[in-house]
Amino acid sequence: MNPSLLLEMVAGAAGDRRAVGELTYAELDARATAVAAGLGELGVAHVGYVDEYSETLPVLFYAAQRAGLPFVPLNYRLSDEALRAALARIAPAVVLVGERQRERCRGVEGITLVTAGELPAGDGEPVPADGDVSVLLFTSGTSGEPKAAVLRPGNLTSYVLSTVDFLSAGADEAQLVSVPPYHIAGISSILTSLFAGRRIVVLPSFEPGRWVELVAEEKVTHAMVVPTMLGRILDVLQARGTSLPELRALSYGGGRMPAPVVERALRLLPHVDLVNAYGLTETSSTIAVLGPQDHRDAIASADPAVRARLGSVGRPLPSVEVEIRDADGHALGPGEPGEIFVRGEQVSGEYLSHTATDEHGWFPTRDRGYLDRDGYLFLDGRADDVIVRGGENLSPGEIEDTLLSHPAIDDAMVLGMPDVEWGEVPVAAVVPVAKDADPAELEHELREFVRERLRSAKTPARIYVRDSLPHTETGKALRRVLRAELSANA
Amino acid sequence: MTIKPGARYWSTTSSTTIVVVKVPAQDVKLTCDGVPLADTEQPARGGTPTSEADGGMLLGKRYSDPDSGLEVLCTRAGAGVVAVDGRPVRLAGARALPTSD
Repeated sequence: MNPSLLLEMVAGAAGDRRAVGELTYAELDARATAVAAGLGELGVAHVGYVDEYSETLPVLFYAAQRAGLPFVPLNYRLSDEALRAALARIAPAVVLVGERQRERCRGVEGITLVTAGELPAGDGEPVPADGDVSVLLFTSGTSGEPKAAVLRPGNLTSYVLSTVDFLSAGADEAQLVSVPPYHIAGISSILTSLFAGRRIVVLPSFEPGRWVELVAEEKVTHAMVVPTMLGRILDVLQARGTSLPELRALSYGGGRMPAPVVERALRLLPHVDLVNAYGLTETSSTIAVLGPQDHRDAIASADPAVRARLGSVGRPLPSVEVEIRDADGHALGPGEPGEIFVRGEQVSGEYLSHTATDEHGWFPTRDRGYLDRDGYLFLDGRADDVIVRGGENLSPGEIEDTLLSHPAIDDAMVLGMPDVEWGEVPVAAVVPVAKDADPAELEHELREFVRERLRSAKTPARIYVRDSLPHTETGKALRRVLRAELSANA
Repeated sequence: MTIKPGARYWSTTSSTTIVVVKVPAQDVKLTCDGVPLADTEQPARGGTPTSEADGGMLLGKRYSDPDSGLEVLCTRAGAGVVAVDGRPVRLAGARALPTSD
């Protein structure tokens, strides 16, 4: 099913509602049709997008779908060299560029650059083309070269149709999007908000003060943030003494969210439904959800098993299956950690270079985790990040969470470094709250702090004090960057 | 007839058009007003119901056949109701999933 049919349906039933900015669904539908007709005449293989999230994004996305062409949002924060290489990979293509990106993208063979005011347009009805590929997304690459993930029309439409009810949003609802268009959540928001009939409000470049202001100005009812944003938003709320009375639901995902931040959000925003969504680019976004009631039950519970769920990513969606497997591929039982595998119509697992999904439809996420007795999924970090100390697997996340619970610590990252005796030992880098903290004293204190709470094997062998730690802009830890920095200084 | 997810079907006797959301567990016959559904686009015909009281199938609503597990979404409203091996599909309830994107 062509994703642009979703737009056609919404435009037909609620054409006067605002889709994004001042554009109504009917106008968005008409523009997408006109641009699709123009795209069809150009003989390109892809439609690229190198800019922040804007009103043009849904226009071009749906136009590409209507023309049967893959839509490729590219990361405008890449180096010139990496961006130009990515453009070369998708040639021949027409690419929307923001003003600031134009010079950097110029002169790549087979790439036609257009600005928002120069979108191709045709007069006639486009011959509706149903492409095989809806979107190409370069994955966030926490471990080396980004791969081009392939999402087919069936993956995206089955995700939307399985999780969203048509026009389920009231005309007063508005969704604030502050994730970049090259992140899967940016793409899925264009689909799910639209199908629900929920107006999109755009904050192209996240700044917590502006986010808080925009929620009030636009009467935003729903918002999605990545982990690094939530803490900063909560700081602004406390500083300004506001509590966002219009906001009804706040979903978060895209990286590890420390439990203390979630608890703080529950305290500061008791009227807001919190939702933790776990998903990957390769699974068309969300595959597991910790819903609002799950959050409230967990924080109110005296049962440690229920309370612990605040640190989980909830239960798999009804439309997918999740299995935990050991290194030999055998399915494991509740409480047993292994690699998370997922299967379902929305799961792709395909890349331009190869397919990671097996012949039975199971996709290896490369995330480690386990399911509890009641089917709640807990993440243990990336499989690549596991520290193997004397044959024992240690999860950096557990040690990081312990460090983060110390009041003097703002941020922490743990990874494995080579050790003659153990093969590999955990080593930590921390950012203290007080910039003038004495590194030697802090290291000593933190090592004792961790030792008291976890076993000595999990105590970092060294703790380095830093001004900042490397993360992707969606909050994922860049351990390989930290490792390179620590190795260089050793 | 083997039914794939995302497949679209058109009634030839009314405007009713559907897309498959969940495939049935086994092959089934899909009809509307007793006539098999077409898998190529058909023109709009007859009335367009806008509320449940009008009967027929409504735009954007999900319908299911519990016996086979088939679930469809109505992409164009029409007076005709799709039947699965002769059983008319039923309106499915609203989902309880929270917004996550």
